[in-house]
Amino acid sequence: MTMIFGVPLAVFMGQLTLGLVNGAFYALLSLGLAVIFGLLKIVNFAHGAQYMLGAFAALLGFRYLGINYWLALFLVPLVVGGFGMLMERFLLRRIAHLDHLYGLLLTFGLALIFEGTLVNFFGVSGARYATPEALQGGLNLGFMFLPTYRAWVLVAALAMCLFTWFMIERTRLGAYLRAGTENSQLMQAFGVNVPLLITLTYGFGVALAAFAGVLAAPLYPVSPTMGSSLLIVVFAVVVIGGMGSILGAILTGLGMGIIEGLTKVYYPEASNTVIFLVMILVLMLRPAGLFGKEA
Amino acid sequence: MNTAEAYETNELADSQTLEMLRVQDLHAFYGESHILHGVNFDVKRGELVTLLGRNGAGRSTTLKSIMNMVGRRTGSIVINGNETLNMKAHHIPRLGIGYCPEERGIFASLDVHENLLLPPTVRSGGMSLDEIYGMFPNLYERRRSQGTRLSGGEQQMLAMARILRTGARLLLLDEITEGLAPVIVQKLGEVLIQLKERGMTIVLVEQNFRFAAPLADRHFVMDHGQIVEEISAEQLPSRRDHLNTMLGV
Repeated sequence: MTMIFGVPLAVFMGQLTLGLVNGAFYALLSLGLAVIFGLLKIVNFAHGAQYMLGAFAALLGFRYLGINYWLALFLVPLVVGGFGMLMERFLLRRIAHLDHLYGLLLTFGLALIFEGTLVNFFGVSGARYATPEALQGGLNLGFMFLPTYRAWVLVAALAMCLFTWFMIERTRLGAYLRAGTENSQLMQAFGVNVPLLITLTYGFGVALAAFAGVLAAPLYPVSPTMGSSLLIVVFAVVVIGGMGSILGAILTGLGMGIIEGLTKVYYPEASNTVIFLVMILVLMLRPAGLFGKEA
Repeated sequence: MNTAEAYETNELADSQTLEMLRVQDLHAFYGESHILHGVNFDVKRGELVTLLGRNGAGRSTTLKSIMNMVGRRTGSIVINGNETLNMKAHHIPRLGIGYCPEERGIFASLDVHENLLLPPTVRSGGMSLDEIYGMFPNLYERRRSQGTRLSGGEQQMLAMARILRTGARLLLLDEITEGLAPVIVQKLGEVLIQLKERGMTIVLVEQNFRFAAPLADRHFVMDHGQIVEEISAEQLPSRRDHLNTMLGV
């Protein structure tokens, strides 16, 4: 049997895949956080809850309305993103002129309300969401067994990341977003409806979280607290990557997933803390993050 | 009727007069600080006027107030026949105004070409990209460079060029010659003459009086947040010493 540093290849590749899949979620979520932070200057503490709402919407949509996975993958980000736009329009906008700390507090409070409400109705144990039939089973690659659904998650998450990168870096709307991130007042003076741009941006960031939530539903138990535990790690990923760049958020997310996965192979005890160790190291050497711009 | 004619008719209906901009008893505030104390002036269609004055006299704030970029404003600002005091900031440029801020506002995350295409079209009849690149050949050569990698002079040209594309007919230009080499200042002067020939109305905030003097039809001198004097181009030669004293040059 092929061994890599004393570990069987199959085990190594299995953990690497797991790490990549986790990394894809980190990438999707930190991407949304970075997009929102760029224009709104708000650390969106509701991001984990919005990811959870995505998973729940898929679950409840299937249970009560018979909406299948593929439709959910398309509809849920629209619905939850639309809900996010209402949050921005009626809550976040009212405090936009205050210190950004208030935005953090407000989104944190909203996250607690969403979680608490769902715990009240569904408890914390979590429900199973069936893997869609077409993606059940796996591929035997010879050196490892690759579960189809995990491969799909990786592909779908990366495609969404690339789509986001393309929208922001290569389209006119994206140019508005980038320019608005730098100097929104001047954009307003050019005749761009910046309040609308802000609403759409927040909605888009939330939709990314909801998309991740739908992707996650068949993998992890769908429970009201599934977002809050993930969000802590995602914040560490964001700190490591720095808020500066879209590509940075994607690469850091994937990279941290891989590092976490490999730590599980070689020193499992540290697998839950390794990302935070990297964060401390990065903060000491490059306080603005790997891809961040020095302030 | 083609679009250009519709636009012309519309523009006449907009104004009825030759007046492009009328500012009356304008007060502006940043939080608690009261910056403008009753500014009055008017600009006729096709005119180039300057706002002169020492630093802190309120010239930049006057331009920002017109764009609704300050905290609070009172008084009246009529642009092309429209009272704009209660208009949202992003609606004001759509009356056909281009604003070039003192700090130039070139975006670092956009390349030169993207910077140029950024401001949305506000009126028909703006300059085409070819015309603009013809006017500023340096920008064409560097169109794929990051906006802020350009030299100061090139950045200034970019900041001007991007509002010419939008079809704006009233340009508010804040300190466009500040810190630039004489050869670039001269080039900017030529550009302003061309824009005037195209019928643009221009409000120029300027420190460099020697640059502004031969271009302008009228000069407004500001002090302590008010217009304290109006000097026409004809009066200028006899008033020059007086003006130099007032501006502290």
